[in-house]
Amino acid sequence: MASQKRIAKELTECTSSPPTGVTVFLPKDSDLHRWHAILDGPENTVYQGGKFGLVISLPTDYPFKAPTITFATRIYHPNITNDSLGNICLGLLKPENWKPSTRLLSVLEAVRALLVEPLPDDPLEARIADEYRSDRKEFEKTARNYVQRYAKGPPKFDSSENSSTAHEGDDKKGGSGSGTGGS
Amino acid sequence: MDSDDDFISNMSSEEDMLPDDSDNDMSNYEDYGFDDEPDAYSDSQKETGHGKKVAYDFSFKVYQPSDIQKQQDDLINEVNMILDISKEEAAILLRYFRWNKERLIEDYMDRPGQVLDAAGLSQSAAGPPKIQVIPGFVCDICCEDEPGLESFALKCGHRYCVDCYRHYLSQKIREEGEAARIQCPSEGCTLIIDARSLDLLVPQDLTDRYHELLHRTYVEDKETLKWCPAPDCQNAVECAVKKKDLDRVVPTVSCLCGHRFCFGCILNDHQPAPCELVKKWLKKCADDSETANWISANTKECPKCNSTIEKNGGCNHMTCRKCKHEFCWMCMGLWSEHGTSWYNCNRYEEKSGMEARDAQARSRVSLERYLHYYNRYANHEQSARLDKDIFHKTEKKMVQLQKESGMSWIEVQYLNSASQALQTCRQTLMWTYAFAFYLARNNLTEIFEDNQKDLEMAVEALSEMFERPITELADPKLKVEIMDKTTYCNKRRVILLEDTAQNLAEGKWTFNVEFSGSAANGGPSTRR
Repeated sequence: MASQKRIAKELTECTSSPPTGVTVFLPKDSDLHRWHAILDGPENTVYQGGKFGLVISLPTDYPFKAPTITFATRIYHPNITNDSLGNICLGLLKPENWKPSTRLLSVLEAVRALLVEPLPDDPLEARIADEYRSDRKEFEKTARNYVQRYAKGPPKFDSSENSSTAHEGDDKKGGSGSGTGGS
Repeated sequence: MDSDDDFISNMSSEEDMLPDDSDNDMSNYEDYGFDDEPDAYSDSQKETGHGKKVAYDFSFKVYQPSDIQKQQDDLINEVNMILDISKEEAAILLRYFRWNKERLIEDYMDRPGQVLDAAGLSQSAAGPPKIQVIPGFVCDICCEDEPGLESFALKCGHRYCVDCYRHYLSQKIREEGEAARIQCPSEGCTLIIDARSLDLLVPQDLTDRYHELLHRTYVEDKETLKWCPAPDCQNAVECAVKKKDLDRVVPTVSCLCGHRFCFGCILNDHQPAPCELVKKWLKKCADDSETANWISANTKECPKCNSTIEKNGGCNHMTCRKCKHEFCWMCMGLWSEHGTSWYNCNRYEEKSGMEARDAQARSRVSLERYLHYYNRYANHEQSARLDKDIFHKTEKKMVQLQKESGMSWIEVQYLNSASQALQTCRQTLMWTYAFAFYLARNNLTEIFEDNQKDLEMAVEALSEMFERPITELADPKLKVEIMDKTTYCNKRRVILLEDTAQNLAEGKWTFNVEFSGSAANGGPSTRR
């Protein structure tokens, strides 16, 4: 299958030379269509110091259909739903904008850029977007609180694979692979 | 302001505005009007036309698929010749400019490079599109690199293997219904794929779909064109009535297929009520807010468990069937507190009690008003359906009638005309009630109600004759009566519609709801 070759190649790219502040890995027992990533909160932002788990799902029709990316870690952000689903609004991933030649590398960079600069004019959480525009102090306070509450320590990828925080290798957390343990 | 001037003042005022889409459309319309032969416009309807140019007149024209194709081809050929660009490019440019030829030519003359870039056409000249095998090529989408891999690139040079290109295009066309604006698959490249390249790449069934979608964008891109909404009808209707005119005119058009619809909102003919009121009315009828209204007018809630209770008679001593709470229907207080004055609630005249009563009364009055209009509206809607049913039965009887009375097929057609008249008149009557619901009283409403009454009586009389048994229908006297009544009904309908339309165009109606346009203020009509 054509897409397998492309996905394998992209995975190699993403793991060997990952985008800044992002670690990509394949969870245990997963096929090539489901990736996990850990995004370090970018410096000089309210998310600094947080570690955010991302779930990347590649549709069977990838790369002709856009991948979906969700935050496994709760985050306070105008463009990310403030719930356990963690859906992202990213123009790049909308069907009418998606191009099959777009690489996940640039998608991940776009997600990171969204944390550096939220887009309150295209919000998923209208209330948070309003606050971001009108009461930046309050927004920053809550966002930092969320980081303290949810984004400290190894991210949990709550999914069918039972919290596969276990990932070994070259990430900065060094031996945090114990995880919460599956049943 | 004279209503004739109204449109003219509108047109000139457009020029003050920034050059936006509506401006272009107006120039389109003018252009169309002057270029075509004068009789190109079919007169809209007997009832509003009469060939005179009046404020509530509007003309429209029906196009069949071949006409639409020809219009597109003509425009493409013209641009192709004037600007000396290929037909594919002309087509893409025209679509980019939403088929506004004048603006395209003007803009292109001024700054061709920018226009081409914006429309997704890069400038480098190249031969016809072709599929190539390039040694050492790796497809950036599927990452295949086997030797002999066929590949394709648009002028931008972003080259992908033919399989990926096909997959990409078929997904865009089949799943996303995209046609006029499919871009090169490369990230960030806005070059639009042209028809010839597409034909080269995808199988026949898909190119057919592609051309169908392209064909559609022509109609969808132009504000003056709309598809006939009737099922399986492929015609489009052209009408110059704009969105902002809809507070002044109810542009009912009729397609060649026989379907009559409003050009403004695509719903079935709803003259005399303007689109905005129709929308409000339909929403009101669909909402269960009216149910709520009824409930508030006729019921109270148990003060303890909040169950809704309708009092169906008896005394004021209520016992909730659900929670067994005992209370007084009058003051809603505990029954036990009433002491010995059992059947005479002494708290009745308290302020809170009076307020509650007033609220209930008001609610009841407004409900009754709504129901008055709604019942008549619904009744005509239903009757129109029944008339239609009867007609289907009568159709068979017409054959029978021919045999029995010896009349020819032509001679029994009067039944057909009667049925048609019944349905259009009932359709109109139906909407007069929705219209009347929103109408605030002034001296014009009386005339309106008289017209409404006349039409209604005529329609009911015709309806009654129409339902007579077949044996009676054979009577030549009844036939003449039916024919006369049919003509009368149609005439009354025209009178009613002309009267309402003229007042609407002149802004003389006042409404009891917010209505865009000055009409709602009741003041003299000045637009914008």
